[in-house]
Amino acid sequence: MSTEYWRWPESRWTSPEIDGKAGRMITAGLDVGSVSSQAVVMIDGALFCYSSLRTGSNSPESAQRAMEYALTGTGLILTDIHYVVGTGYGRVNIPFAQRALTEIACHARGANFMYGPTVRTILDMGGQDCKAIRCDAKGKVTNFLMNDKCAAGTGRGMEVFADLLSVPIEDMGRLSFEVDTEPPPVSSTCVVFAKSEAVGLLRKGWPKERVLAAYSSAMAHRVVELLERIQVEQDFAITGGIAKNEGVVKRIEAELKIKALEPKYDAQIAGALGGALFAKALVEKERGLR
Amino acid sequence: MLAHYGYKDGSGEYFIVVDTDKCDGCGRCVSACPWGVFEIGEDENDPFRETAVAKVSESHRKKIKYSCAPCKPGSGKKPLPCLESCAPGAIGHSW
Repeated sequence: MSTEYWRWPESRWTSPEIDGKAGRMITAGLDVGSVSSQAVVMIDGALFCYSSLRTGSNSPESAQRAMEYALTGTGLILTDIHYVVGTGYGRVNIPFAQRALTEIACHARGANFMYGPTVRTILDMGGQDCKAIRCDAKGKVTNFLMNDKCAAGTGRGMEVFADLLSVPIEDMGRLSFEVDTEPPPVSSTCVVFAKSEAVGLLRKGWPKERVLAAYSSAMAHRVVELLERIQVEQDFAITGGIAKNEGVVKRIEAELKIKALEPKYDAQIAGALGGALFAKALVEKERGLR
Repeated sequence: MLAHYGYKDGSGEYFIVVDTDKCDGCGRCVSACPWGVFEIGEDENDPFRETAVAKVSESHRKKIKYSCAPCKPGSGKKPLPCLESCAPGAIGHSW
């Protein structure tokens, strides 16, 4: 079997400080995206556990797997959770979610929790789309823009390049800086055309680090153009899988001349985290607490 | 909230912007648009908003350049019916 360079590690985490059995209100958010799925469980408004894994061809099954993986070893089961909010592309296909909310609303809310109330601009670089969001101190969306017509500037594009260049996806960021001078960005926007262009560059004798640098800066430039439409206000944060790729992140920061905030948790869980926070607010609203 | 519906592709940026703070959900844009671009419904991005709001319907979001093209001729341009119908001035086009 050939090596799957694009394959990123699936992960889970449990808070060492919270006793799952002692919680009064248990809520969850599930972000079933086009490429990855995340489940986040919160107890009384504090982050308890989360998981992140690959979305399969079956959304309900991916949602189930993500939730079970998050709850592994915590002593909790699905029926212990009072309210589940689904988000992401597969949000309407989650059988055990009480409510489906857009990933725009959830990302803003999740980023507000993860990066603190000073965050005003969020760039979510997802598996198959890209969202630029502005929010207020409460994490309420004030301006947003989503590009899901084209996969340029998304995780899927990076996966295609990992495969083309035979570079493991986690090493791509670091490797893209191993160039003497920054090459001009690849000119194609479309992932398919950018790949053909990269094949041409490799044939011309470019080392793969240089091709990677050219692609990373093209990606950064493209999302910065989207951000400019909603205008960036500090503080600025990046969520989604590409937030883990320093090659793209640092190039975005250089172009914006703004440093992105460091995430407190896995930057990929922002959407699911927002879902869990909304779930809590919705339960409180139902119980007449707010 | 400024809601941008549309996309950016190799040929340019095509966004319809709805200012949900100005929109009162009257629905005149829905009947004014000859191509059925708008709809009125719950604000998908604000779960706690109680009133209805105008939005670009899902089926037009990825082809808005073509949906709106008949109202944007190269010459002899008339005011856009959606913009004219909106009393609070909540609708804008990026192109």
